[in-house]
Amino acid sequence: MNRRIVLATSSRILRQLRRDRRSLALVLLVPPVLLTLMKYAFEGQPQAFDRIGPPLVGLFPLTLMFVITSIAMLRERTSGTLERLMSMPLAKVDLLAGYGLAFAVVGTVQATVTSAVAFGLLGLETEGAVWLVVLLAIGNALLGMALGLFVSAFATSEFQAVQFMPAAILPQFLLAGLVVPREQMARPLEWLSALLPLTYAYDALALVAAGDLSGRLWLDVGVVAGCIVLALVLGAATLRRRTA
Amino acid sequence: MPSTDPATQPARAGIAESTPAAVQVRGLSVRRGGRLVLPGIDLDVRGGVVTGLLGPSGSGKTTLIRAIVGVQVIEGGTVQVLGEPAGSPGLRRRVAYVTQTPSVYGDLTVTENLRYFAGVLGAPPASVERAVEVTGLRQQAKQIAGSLSGGECSRASLAVALLGDPELIVLDEPTVGLDPALRRDLWRTFHDLAARGASLIVSTHVMDEADRCDELVLMREGRVAASAPPAALLEQTRTASIEDAFLALAASPTEAS
Ligand SMILES: Nc1ncnc2c1ncn2[C@@H]1O[C@H](COP(=O)(O)OP(=O)(O)OP(=O)(O)O)[C@@H](O)[C@H]1O
Ligand SMILES: [Mg+2]
Repeated sequence: MNRRIVLATSSRILRQLRRDRRSLALVLLVPPVLLTLMKYAFEGQPQAFDRIGPPLVGLFPLTLMFVITSIAMLRERTSGTLERLMSMPLAKVDLLAGYGLAFAVVGTVQATVTSAVAFGLLGLETEGAVWLVVLLAIGNALLGMALGLFVSAFATSEFQAVQFMPAAILPQFLLAGLVVPREQMARPLEWLSALLPLTYAYDALALVAAGDLSGRLWLDVGVVAGCIVLALVLGAATLRRRTA
Repeated sequence: MPSTDPATQPARAGIAESTPAAVQVRGLSVRRGGRLVLPGIDLDVRGGVVTGLLGPSGSGKTTLIRAIVGVQVIEGGTVQVLGEPAGSPGLRRRVAYVTQTPSVYGDLTVTENLRYFAGVLGAPPASVERAVEVTGLRQQAKQIAGSLSGGECSRASLAVALLGDPELIVLDEPTVGLDPALRRDLWRTFHDLAARGASLIVSTHVMDEADRCDELVLMREGRVAASAPPAALLEQTRTASIEDAFLALAASPTEAS
């Protein structure tokens, strides 16, 4: 890994994001607005808001980074800049680390803003530490990035790339235990959910929110970390120096 | 070393080959979309000169260029570039490639694009200034690449290849859509680079650009129809212009020399 190239790449990606003011505004405003909506939608049952609020704060970055990365990577492929980079002295890991670093920064800002609104303004309650929620959110941003990077290889247009969000992420949201506890699902779905990375990302957040810092939390964190690495390795395999 | 098979041997004018070959292609075959686009070609590209790659649309120029740069999956044969197999990691610093369609980040300015690629190549900041100057983009330096005109955008893409100090510069139709004055300036730049020891391969559709090349490679249907300096080519075909020479070669498909 080459530090100069990684830093050049991540600052280039951040510059591209910064230039797109509207997207940046959406990245920072959509999660707080959604949480505000939920707070008042759940006015009659505040304990429900306190249950799903913290996990949502931690899962927003995953969704967003997934979409942003898959489209950014697709553009990199279709604009020929990826081919150009692949003919330069840049290792695949440099590119991946550049993306990772840039999106970790964006994920941190997003998670911080969202947490400030949720735990500060909206009075969201949690048993655990807020900084742990933020930390998990950053990890989830990286998971979203890694998954987005991988699936972008299967999209040939931005239209397709956008569809991967409802196709690949929404089902995971439904099965993670956020909507319905996993024990109450049909058996096959419960098994299936055990294979999905978001299940562990959610579980870790739910545990932190409940103030439960047991070994299971670290198991969840380990699984998420493993999924990030696996998706990155698979993503790297889709970055080809030679194409037909 | 030229092949001895007369059917595949390109027209050579017996030039003294003192400079080592920058590129050596042997029996290269490439299949794209199920079709054999390059059916096995041999070619030597001299070092330190500007070699023009000419041929009708679809004749395989881009495919050959991609094989030389090492981004093309090939079916058979070998491609040696600057003494190493094409696509070797060691070559990524020594070979610069400009794709036919401009490849820059449309949401960054010209300078930001160049700074980024200079960062990847480890080229000094001064090389960014120089590349902007040489490609005549001073006025557009702070403009977002996505808002450049077609010709400006392809110059921005070309500017990236001038960063660093590549020994082999491979340009796929770099002068499309440029006005005559700019084209002349760019060709001057190509020759300056060659004078400083770089080797250039430039594909083009424009026949009058052929006269500006030190060496010509004419391609036809995935084969090398001829490979010689312009003057030698005219002499062989007893024609007065490269265009006529090209047509003469096209008319005699089996006997290229
Ligand atoms: N990805 C692909 N899949 C299938 N066929 C392809 C692919 N790319 C190129 N071809 C075919 O290979 C042939 C050679 O293409 P190539 O791009 O090398 O031509 P070219 O000489 O560069 O043409 P032009 O001057 O128009 O750029 C063409 O007939 C083209 O249709
Ligand atoms: Mg072409």
